[in-house]
Formats: sequence, C-alpha cells, structure tokens
Amino acid sequence: MRLAGRIGGAALSLLMVAVLGFFLFRVVPGDPVVSMTRGRPTTEALQAELRAQFGLDRPLHEQFWSYFTSLLQGDLGTSFTFRRPVSEVILERLGPTVLLVGTATLIAVLLGLWLGVRAAWRRDSAFDRVTTGVSLTLWAVPTFWLGMLLMMVTGDLFPSRGMRDTDTPPDFLSQALDVGHHLVLPSVTLVAVVCAEYALVMRSSLLEEMHAPYLTTARAKGLRDDLVRRRHAVPNAVLPAITLVFLRFGLVVAGAITTETVFSWPGLGLLFYDALTGPDYFLLQGLLVVTAGAVVVMNLLADVLHGVLDPRVKVV
Amino acid sequence: MSVFSRLGERRAGFLAHRAGVAGAVVLAVAALVSLLAPLFVPADALDVTRVTADAWQPPGAGHWLGTDHTGRSVALLMVQGTGTSLFVGLTAAVLSVGIGTLVGVVSGHFGGLLAGALLRVTDFFLVLPALVLAIALSTVLPRGLGTIILAIGLTSWPSTARMVRAQTLTIEARPFVERARALGGGHAHVIGRHVLPSVVPLVLVNATLAVASAIVAESTLAFLGLGDPTRISWGAMLHQAQLHGAVPQRAWWFLLPPGLAIVVVVLAFTLVGRALEAVVTPKR
Repeated sequence: MRLAGRIGGAALSLLMVAVLGFFLFRVVPGDPVVSMTRGRPTTEALQAELRAQFGLDRPLHEQFWSYFTSLLQGDLGTSFTFRRPVSEVILERLGPTVLLVGTATLIAVLLGLWLGVRAAWRRDSAFDRVTTGVSLTLWAVPTFWLGMLLMMVTGDLFPSRGMRDTDTPPDFLSQALDVGHHLVLPSVTLVAVVCAEYALVMRSSLLEEMHAPYLTTARAKGLRDDLVRRRHAVPNAVLPAITLVFLRFGLVVAGAITTETVFSWPGLGLLFYDALTGPDYFLLQGLLVVTAGAVVVMNLLADVLHGVLDPRVKVV
Repeated sequence: MSVFSRLGERRAGFLAHRAGVAGAVVLAVAALVSLLAPLFVPADALDVTRVTADAWQPPGAGHWLGTDHTGRSVALLMVQGTGTSLFVGLTAAVLSVGIGTLVGVVSGHFGGLLAGALLRVTDFFLVLPALVLAIALSTVLPRGLGTIILAIGLTSWPSTARMVRAQTLTIEARPFVERARALGGGHAHVIGRHVLPSVVPLVLVNATLAVASAIVAESTLAFLGLGDPTRISWGAMLHQAQLHGAVPQRAWWFLLPPGLAIVVVVLAFTLVGRALEAVVTPKR
C-alpha cells in the first residue's frame, strides 16, 4: 500500500508543479507582454493582439483552466521568441541534455562512490583528507566559473562551443567522434562539481556502517580486510548513497543550466538561458514544469528503487 | 541556563577546530574589506565614462590586477564586489533560515491538518531544484538586490524546516516538556522556553552553511544576467567576463580573482559551519 501512497504523493507534487508554473508567471507585477516586447518595436494594437493570442485578456480562472487542460494534453503554449509550440522546442533540445547529463552522472556516480568508499575505509588517512578537502573545495566552486577556467586552461585542445562542427563528414563515426570531442569540457565541468557531492555522501554513508556488529563478525571469521569491505560494508552503505544520488537529481539539473550556457551546448540548459534573457515567459514556464516534473519522477524512482534493492525498507 | 552562556562554553570547543578558525579569520578579513571599501575605492574610479586606462591591461604597475573590458581596475572591482556578495549571502541566508525555522517549529509543535499541509509543502519544495525556481522568480520580478535576496531566500528554506521540525519533535517527546505542559504551560511557553533554546544551536550551524550556498546562488544568478545591473558583485564580474570574451582574450586576471574570492569565502563559511556542527552535536 505504501507504493500506492508514494505514487499518489508524486501525482500531487506534479499537480503542485503545474499550479506553481502557472501562478509564478501570472501573479507577477507588471504586464508580461510589455516586458516580453521590451526593446522591440511594438504598437498598442500588436500588444493587444499578443495578449489575445496568449489568452492574457481573459479572467484568471479561465486562463488557468485552459492552461491546465492543455497541459494534460502535452500542450505547453507557444514560445514567444521561437514562434513555435513550447513542447516542440523542448523536445528538440532534450537529446543533447540527456547525453551530457547522462554521461556526467554516470562518471560522477562511479568516481564519487569509489572515492567516498576509499576515503571512509581509511578514515583520517592522507587519501581521506585530500578527498574530503578537494570535495569541500569543489562544492564551493561555482560550476560556470570552473567551466570558463577549463576552457581557458585547455586553450585550443578541445572545442569550447556547441556540440558539433559544421565541416565534419556526415558518416556516423566522424559525427560521433566530433560530438565526443565537444562533450569533453562540459562533462568534465559537470562531473567535477557533482562528483564532489557524491563522494561526501558515500563517505558519510560508509562511516555510519563502520562500527556495525556484522563487520566485527565478518572480521572475526577471518575475512581479509578487502573482502570485508567489498562483500559486507559497501553493499549496505551504497543503498542510501544511490538513493541520495537520485534525490539530488535537481543538483545536476541546476548544474546543466550554467554548464550549457558557458559552452553553448544546445540543450535544455541553454534554452533556459535563452528563455530568461528574452524573457520568454511561456518557454520558461514550460521548462520549469518539465524539469520540476522530471525531478519529481526521479524521486519516485529513488523511493521505489530503494525498496526493491533494500529488503529492510518496505515500500511495496 | 541561557542559550548564550551555553554557546560561550562551546567557544573553547570551536577553537579546537583549526579549519573552522581559519575560516573565521578569512570571513573577518572579507567583512573588513567590505566595510572599508569606500576608503579604497575613489568615487569615480569605477565609472565607465571616466576611466582613463586601456581595456584588458594585464596586471602591472598601475593596476596590480589589470583592467577589465572598459579599463576599470579589477582590484577595485573586487573590493567593491565583496560587500554585495556578503550582503546578499547573509540576508538571503537569514530569510531562508528564518522561514525554515518558523515552518519547522510550527509543523513540529502543532500537529494535525496544519502540520500535515506544511510538511507536504516542505517536501515538495525540498525536491524541486532551488536554483531553477530562483531563476524563474528573478526573471519575473524586477531586477534588483531585493529580488535576488527574495529569490534565494524563498527557495532554499526546506532543508532547515525539515531539520528544525525533527529537533522540535525530539524535544517535545522529552519528559521535561511533558512536565511543563502538565503544570499548565501553554504553546508560547513550551515553544519559547523549551523548543527554541534547543533549536538555536542547530539553526546557527544551518545559517552558516546557508550563507555559503546563498553566495554561490547569488553568483550564479548574477552570472546569468539576473543580478542588480547597478551593483558590482563577484558574480556580476564573471557575467561581464563571459559577455565580453575574457576567455578568448586570455584575460585570466579578470576571470581568476572573482571566482577565487567566491571559492575562498564559500569554503570559509562551510568550514566554520562544519566546526560549529561538530561543537553543537554531541559525539556518538
């Protein structure tokens, strides 16, 4: 029954995301049409037409109802800057972000967990001190600054803008190599920042297990230190850490916005930047609803996954 | 025993944490720089229309941190930016921790429907990426210092609320609170005399760590161009660096100082927060 409760909770959260997305951009001081057309040549008539087109001239409850029913059908309105449906623009930019965030998360999880395990197992060793110190420092580093720094330090070694060059041959291998080459700097940036967090989480998770009686038992029956760690301590400590990785998915999302902005990576993060510089409220609203929705779903997955992996937690 | 005398006893414990002390020293220096900034920075030195130096000058005799894309001294910009970064960090953290403490105590102390609803809202905002919400908020509100502070403060309170709620529940389960209730102590008495004093040390730790993340958040918002356009902050300097191509110009003197300053100050707040945490939470 708890699973049903979790799904219900997630559904409620999604509903709250939709409501939040609506009100954030309607209850703002000032006229959205005026601020969206700021700096562009407009007339009163054009503004009135825009208001009618976006439904801004109707009462609030009617606006909400039409927003909500369209949202359920996957319609997020029309982007002001792109002059196309928001959902279409977002879908188009999804691929590059999934590639970047997926690569970075995979590397960061593997590296972060490994660092965290080694640091915790030899607590207060030189390795632990260095790992913890570097992690704390990286946690303090603004993602975008790290990206700019990497760009300057590596010089012309890696391309620093976009996802592919225009003069690459169209065959699959050259294209893939080109994208991979472009992927290096953005993913290193994202990995560095996210990995620090994972290492600290894994370290404290393993430290919690360090004095558990079952480890004493494992040692007492004569297991080598290495086996005690691999077979007994880590499997128990890794579960809460993995759950936290899913729970901090929002962190990666936030990191992707600045990383993509710095490297002009043509994904959702750069789209976010385009939408806020417009400002394009409908695009921004769509992006907010989609990313917040994705984070809510990731959390539900984390809950379910934890229940499946760890028999001590009864979710199902 | 008052909260403050207890904190006084803990001062000795704090001094035992060398990293925490180093952090506190860094923060004192940063505070001093921001307070003395008007003495260092001549009134028109940062006015784009009045500067005489060339743009993109590397560090040298006249400007020991070089100049930016308009010929302004990077060193003076750094000094001027210290105050903004610290001010936004501190006020946003106070706002966030204030909301978090209020929500935490109320949802922990009063049960029932209100607590349930508050918990639900807290969990909702805990899950959402705070920075994304802060970006959305500062896009729709008029640009300014107040907007940045509101955007960060209104989106980063949930973790404090969770922690304060847990502590409130723990304290209220203790026999001495039951005794206070049995003797006729009302809500105000229980919250004021028992819950708040036990929550204060944790809240202080949380506030210190909240300043660290608020400063990073401010620099990120400013970098995205959502900052106060009339004020200089470290994040705003990096925004200019990105906008005017400091990287292709190889102008490391305009890129390194603001970022390093953010890292050092944020790290200092984190170290102080961790040292405080070690002092206020009893060893297991």
